[in-house]
Amino acid sequence: MNQPTYYELYKLLCTHNNLKIFFIFVFHLFLMKILVCISCVPDTTSKINFKENDTVFDDQGVQFVINPNDEFGLTRAIWFKEKVGASVDVLHVGQASADPTLRKALAIGADKAIRIDTPALDAFVVADQISNYLQANPYDLIIAGRESIDYNGSMVPGLVAAKCDIAFVNTCVQLEIDGSTATATREMDGGMEVLSVDLPLIIGSQKGLVEETDLRIPNMRGIMQARQKPLEVVPAVESLAKSAIQNFEKPAPKAAVKLIPADDIDQLIDLLQNEAKVL
Amino acid sequence: MSILLFAESQQGKLKKGSTELSSYGFALAKQQNTTFTIVTINCEDADQLANYGASKLINLKMETKHFEAHAYATALAEIATKEDAKIILISSSADAKYMGGILAGKLQAGYVTNVVGLPTSNDSLTVKRSVFSNKAFANTTLAGAINIIGLSNNVHEEISQDSSTTVEQQDVQTTAKCTQASLEQSEGKATIADADVVVSGGRGLKGPENWGLIEDLADVLGAATACSKPVSDMGWRPHSEHVGQTGKPVATNLYIAVGISGAIQHLAGVNASKIKVVINTDPEAPFFKAADYGIVGDAFEVLPKLTEKLKARA
Repeated sequence: MNQPTYYELYKLLCTHNNLKIFFIFVFHLFLMKILVCISCVPDTTSKINFKENDTVFDDQGVQFVINPNDEFGLTRAIWFKEKVGASVDVLHVGQASADPTLRKALAIGADKAIRIDTPALDAFVVADQISNYLQANPYDLIIAGRESIDYNGSMVPGLVAAKCDIAFVNTCVQLEIDGSTATATREMDGGMEVLSVDLPLIIGSQKGLVEETDLRIPNMRGIMQARQKPLEVVPAVESLAKSAIQNFEKPAPKAAVKLIPADDIDQLIDLLQNEAKVL
Repeated sequence: MSILLFAESQQGKLKKGSTELSSYGFALAKQQNTTFTIVTINCEDADQLANYGASKLINLKMETKHFEAHAYATALAEIATKEDAKIILISSSADAKYMGGILAGKLQAGYVTNVVGLPTSNDSLTVKRSVFSNKAFANTTLAGAINIIGLSNNVHEEISQDSSTTVEQQDVQTTAKCTQASLEQSEGKATIADADVVVSGGRGLKGPENWGLIEDLADVLGAATACSKPVSDMGWRPHSEHVGQTGKPVATNLYIAVGISGAIQHLAGVNASKIKVVINTDPEAPFFKAADYGIVGDAFEVLPKLTEKLKARA
């Protein structure tokens, strides 16, 4: 691509101060609007413990991060912003404890953060809040991770798609956008499917949309800029949870491993066949 | 009040998990003191589910030949309303998870995924599901007027019944939101999602050129192949084979890990597998703590021997 992209043109024109406000206005009319829904989850290395009679997750000493599946989507959104021109907002349903995670999203390139101020009781509450926000604030592309790595519900993007009656592509590993149509590749069990779909679109993002090495670590400049970027706290609409966790259980402790000498493969086959009964 | 069960098919043939789901459906109906109906879409061999104790077996004929989540969800929402279903049973396959959220949204239904057993009581619908990527379970109560249960695979015993339900054909019309431009599907090969055995390789295999060792063993066992995160990050294997917390979950009968040290994220992804065998040169590898059987040894010596012995046995 030798032609300047919208974004490059936009940056060029914005250097002329008198025209800046006018061009910001004009370009924002044409820019694709992306919303990335972010969940805040314990870091993948966390040990999972519970308190209060195993009814509450024990967050003591736990580092919270952007849900990895959401982060792959956010990184792709920032790619769109830099390469073809787009505005990228991030949205979180939850309480103020998530604000540092939202600031991180701003530091790696999002323009604005929105937090809908209510406890995220379950996926239905979250989806209701997102859908309600979308009614008043339309976006061309909405991205939400295919699942969060804490509660593993895998429900939010599908619920939002149904509530807003928009197209949805889950487990999305590639996404290209051309005008008002998207070409999205979906990972299936044992295959890939390429789908053509009209915007607005919601995708369930995951690894593959960008590579692990494309993920960004906030730099000092980004962190300083993030302080100036808006973080709007929006009141929640009334919404009822449709599920409630009674208590948690840890998996039963495992019996010690049976070690088999490397030169006695017959013993392994015998154990798998007659003891474990899996062959 | 009744139960509606969606049995998935692919290219007209029932998917492997449909018999397990039907067995669960029968047990659930018995526990809830009700009957259950099995629904298939564009399925040619739905009669194979005749002896799982369903009161009805309905095959919906739809114009869209392939799976399209919006069209499927609309069709199922319609039939669920028609049959006055209060509980809907689906699997935890990629297609089911794709469609499940849309279906729940359309029906305003409660929904839980990764359910690992029958409800713990029959007065309220409380089910055990895996959370924190298999590091824990949560007993969750469903509170919708209609509720959807997404059953994990490999958690319920397959039991057929003395019944002969006949298949009713119904036409259904829906509109799709996505158009399939192309499809790439591995024919006849076991997938990580439904294989009984998965053979997985890690950095210990030293390079992609050695993957033949993993594939040979997988061939003998009719297994799917998988890999650890570093292996997919280095591009030795495609992302679709990466199993672990940010990759695919594995819930198979037998998981054989070769040259994988067993990082906490990897273990989380494979924990739901019943039997884990670890082959690693390092006796201190954390995977040995999570495994059932272990061999401390060189994969390049152990694998060919294991493959050969299994071949001779077959």
